[in-house]
Amino acid sequence: MYSRKVMDHFTNPCNVGEIENPDGVGEVDNPTCGDMMRITIRVEEGVITDIKFKTFGGGAAIAASSMVTEPVKGKPLKETVKITNKDVAEELDGLPKVKLHCSLLAENGLKAALDDYYKKISYPYFIM
Amino acid sequence: MREIYMDHSATTPVDGAVLETMLPYFREKFGNASSIHQFGQEARNVVEEARERVAGFIGAKSSEITFLSGGSEADNFALQGLTSAYSGRGKHIITTSIEHPAIIETANYLEQNGISVTYLQPDKYGLIHPHQVEDAIRPETFLISVMHVNNELGTMNPIGEIGAIAQNHGILFHTDAVQAFGKLPIDVVAMNIDLLSASSHKIYGPKGVGILFIKEGTQIDKLIHGAAHERNRRAGTENVAGIVGFDKAVEICENVMTEEAARLTVLREYFWNKIETSIPDVIQNGHPTEKIPGILNMSFKGVEGESLLISLDMKGIAASSGSACSSGSNKPSHVLQSIRLAPELLNGTLRFSLGRSNTEDDIDYTVDALSEIVERLRAMAPVS
Ligand SMILES: Cc1ncc(COP(=O)(O)O)c(C=O)c1O
Ligand code: FES
Repeated sequence: MYSRKVMDHFTNPCNVGEIENPDGVGEVDNPTCGDMMRITIRVEEGVITDIKFKTFGGGAAIAASSMVTEPVKGKPLKETVKITNKDVAEELDGLPKVKLHCSLLAENGLKAALDDYYKKISYPYFIM
Repeated sequence: MREIYMDHSATTPVDGAVLETMLPYFREKFGNASSIHQFGQEARNVVEEARERVAGFIGAKSSEITFLSGGSEADNFALQGLTSAYSGRGKHIITTSIEHPAIIETANYLEQNGISVTYLQPDKYGLIHPHQVEDAIRPETFLISVMHVNNELGTMNPIGEIGAIAQNHGILFHTDAVQAFGKLPIDVVAMNIDLLSASSHKIYGPKGVGILFIKEGTQIDKLIHGAAHERNRRAGTENVAGIVGFDKAVEICENVMTEEAARLTVLREYFWNKIETSIPDVIQNGHPTEKIPGILNMSFKGVEGESLLISLDMKGIAASSGSACSSGSNKPSHVLQSIRLAPELLNGTLRFSLGRSNTEDDIDYTVDALSEIVERLRAMAPVS
């Protein structure tokens, strides 16, 4: 049902956990299926130096959470805001059709964390 | 890698002796049971022998057994065939919210065609109480259909009592006994059952064979039209090899049913005790006493069922889940919703259904794997 890549990320997810005193926190859920995700980020001089996630969900939700955090680490904020759920699904070598929304959970989680960071520094720009 | 199959409610492997019995009926004894020549007569004889055995197994007469393609067809035939035969006389059906889709979807379809349907809600154990059935009866009720054993929870409904109520009111009573047949003694006369569905692949027989028991004198219209097979009840050349296999599977059940039920009860209790002592925050679902031996349905707090299933599968263990993520529709199973499980438990539900191949050793391996998996997934989940 799932691609190898999804299974790899599900078995060995990157960046699981929680950053203490993070610069941004994103918490999102999908009320229909009950999946939940929490992302914390550390930002230094406009660059995401650390990112961690915690997810309650099925294989797709966990793999997408891992996948969305991977390319972000070490990237300037400007670049990370462009990441979409389509990118996540493609990077995972595709998701079953009924599981595409799980990658949206990951996108929304990242965006919520970035949004929270921008709010904290009172930057007049909101993503969501 | 080890392979441990604990999904016997979904389907079972064909028993070796069953397969042996079937094999000649594909090549040497391939006749059409409706043909006059000896090839046909040979097939006719074994089909009738099978009918006799299956009938005897549930206390029916052989003329009351119709062979067909399985549980889904039997359920469709019962509901649609009766509705059609009773059109003009009956307009209301009583069933339950925890039936298999073969009943629920058929009832939904009949609703679109002007029949009204009451879906009784079970208690928190998944049990339907006889008084609920009695209270739902209306003057225009012509059919009550309540499943014998629920496939997700293993909860066993009081079929005999419900049958008595139906009889007192002169209403037809159908039961989907797909998960009970071959596991519990069934007596259609003592239980006042008018129609009963059963399927071969749940009892170590081949897939694609089943029966509908139809009590003598019941008016029912055909579902599959064509030639006059099965005493003009169901058209289609008989699946002779399948029927022979089903016959053998029933014969084996006759011999091992009681013993196997006792063994599985011990095994399930061993399983649950081990789970309870090694994994925190888990509850057992289903009725504490009114349930079949092989099913253990549990909810793990703070873990999602599909993630559990995939992780178990990677360790060679096959089970199933009613969680939203595992369903394909992103909604938790209708049965789990019906027993009103708390939201934090609903999506952490796993069903293990034990069968003839399972041993205590399988359970030790499974519980070890499961405690590791649950711990890993819980650590990955945000605390809410
Ligand atoms: C309770 C119940 N009814 C009906 C069916 C359908 O039976 P079959 O697979 O033979 O069509 C099943 C099995 O999936 C079942 O568990
Ligand atoms: S539906 Fe739960 S994984 Fe997305």
